[in-house]
Amino acid sequence: MGDPKAMLMDGNQMNRALSRIAHEVIERNKGIEHVALVGIRRRGVPLAHRLAEKLKEFEGRDVPVGTLDITLYRDDLTELASVPLVQKSAVTFKLPGTCVILVDDVLYTGRTVRAALDALLDIGRPSVIQLAVLIDRGHRELPIRADYVGKNVPTSKKEMVEVHLSDIDGEDFVALYDLP
Amino acid sequence: MPGLKRKDILGLRDMTTDEIDLILNTAETLKDIATRSIKKVPTLRGKAYCTLFYENSTRTAKSFELAGKYLGADVINVSASSSSVKKGETLLDTARNLEAMGLDALVMRHPAGGAPHMLARHLSCSVINAGDGMHEHPTQGLLDMLTIRQQKGSLKGLKVAIVGDIMHSRVARSNIYGLTKYGAEVWLAGPATLLPTGFEEFGVKVTTRVEEALEGADVVNVLRLQLERMEKSLFPTVAEYHKFWGVTPARLKLAKANALLMHPGPMNRGVEISSHIADGNQSVILEQVTNGVAVRMAILYLLMGGGEAA
Repeated sequence: MGDPKAMLMDGNQMNRALSRIAHEVIERNKGIEHVALVGIRRRGVPLAHRLAEKLKEFEGRDVPVGTLDITLYRDDLTELASVPLVQKSAVTFKLPGTCVILVDDVLYTGRTVRAALDALLDIGRPSVIQLAVLIDRGHRELPIRADYVGKNVPTSKKEMVEVHLSDIDGEDFVALYDLP
Repeated sequence: MPGLKRKDILGLRDMTTDEIDLILNTAETLKDIATRSIKKVPTLRGKAYCTLFYENSTRTAKSFELAGKYLGADVINVSASSSSVKKGETLLDTARNLEAMGLDALVMRHPAGGAPHMLARHLSCSVINAGDGMHEHPTQGLLDMLTIRQQKGSLKGLKVAIVGDIMHSRVARSNIYGLTKYGAEVWLAGPATLLPTGFEEFGVKVTTRVEEALEGADVVNVLRLQLERMEKSLFPTVAEYHKFWGVTPARLKLAKANALLMHPGPMNRGVEISSHIADGNQSVILEQVTNGVAVRMAILYLLMGGGEAA
C-alpha cells in the first residue's frame, strides 16, 4: 500500500474521541451499572478495552468486556475463494438485563455489524444493544447506524480507511488511502 | 487467506502439518458452538452434503450429520443396506446420482480401501473419507490428535501406544501417519497374527508384548477387536485375547500415572479393554467423541465454506 492521502486522526485525537464516547455512554445509559462492551475482532477488541478503561476512570467501576468473532456469520463466505480463519468469541458475562455496546473501528457497509448482531443474539438476549465506532465512513448497504461515533468521515468507495492501533500495529492513527 | 487448498479429505498420509494444524485449530474454535445453548450458526446455510455409508456406524455417521447441522448445512444420510445398492447399483452410479441432486460434499465409508479415492477422481464435489476398509480413517486420526493435544499441550516426543487389532485398523494407520508427522513416538502392540510386518517402515516401534508398549506411555489408544473382518481364527478365544492382550487396570499402571486412555469405539468391554478403566478417570473416550463433532465441523467448514474451490 502506498502513502496515505490524508491523516484522519492522530493518537491524541483518537484518545479524545474515545473519552467523549465514554462520556456519551455514561450520559445516555445514566451510568454504567448495566453496561458491557463487546469488541468485534479484530480492532474493535483493543478499542473496547480502551473504552472500558475510560469508563473506569470516569465512573470508578469495571465494565465487562467481551470479544466477538463474526466469521461464521458473514454473508459473503460464498464469494471468497477460501474461507477465513475462525477465531474464538468470548462473551462470558450474562447478556439478559445487560446493555451491550458493540465496538468496532470502522462503520462502512454495515454488514459486519449485521453479522455481529446475529452472532451476539445466538449467545444470549441482551436488553439493549448499542453501537460505538471510531470512524463512520458512510456508504451503508443496510439500515444500520451507530449510537456513538468518534469521527464522521465522508469517503469515496475507491478509498480505504485504515485504523492503526498501538496494541496491534505499534502506533495510534487513522489514515485514508486510495484502494490499489 | 488461510484455507485448505484441496477438494477432498482422503487420508492423513498426504497431508502437511500446516493443513492438520489448520483443521485442529479451527476445530478448537468451533467446539464452542456445540457446547453453547444455541447450537447453530448460519455459516453453511445453502450448502448440502450426504453421508453415504456402506458399513455400520454410530459415532462417525451421527457426528458428521450433527456437525453439518450445527453449521447450518442441509444433510441427507444414505446407508447402503437400505438403498438401491441392494438392487445392484454400483458405487460410482450411486455417488453420481447423489451428486446430481446438487451436493457440495459426499462423506463416505466403504469396506474397500481406496473407494473414496476413486470417487474423488470422478466427482466434482468434495469427498471426505469416513473410513475405507483397513486403509485410513482420517477424521478419527484428527480427533485423536486433537484430544491428545488438548490434554498434553503438544504431540512432540509423546509415547503413544496403539494396542490391539492393528491389522484391520484404519484408525491405527491414520494415527500413525498423523502422530509421526508431529514427532510422537508411536508403538504398536498386539498378537503376531494381528500385527502385519512392514509397519517399522513408517517409523514406529512394533512389539508383540503389550507391556513393552505400555511401559512409560503418555497415551494408550486401545483398538477394537474387529471380529467381523476376521475370516479365519487369528487367536484361540476372546477370553484368551483379553488375558494376554487386553488393557486391564494392572497393565495400565505400566503407563505414566497421567496417561490418557483412548478408544475409538465401539468398545468390546472385557475384551480389548476392562470396563473398570474404560469408565475410569484416565479415560478420555467420551471427550474423543465430543472432539469428533468439532473436527468434522472444521472439515466441513474448510471444504464447503468458501465459494469456488481454490
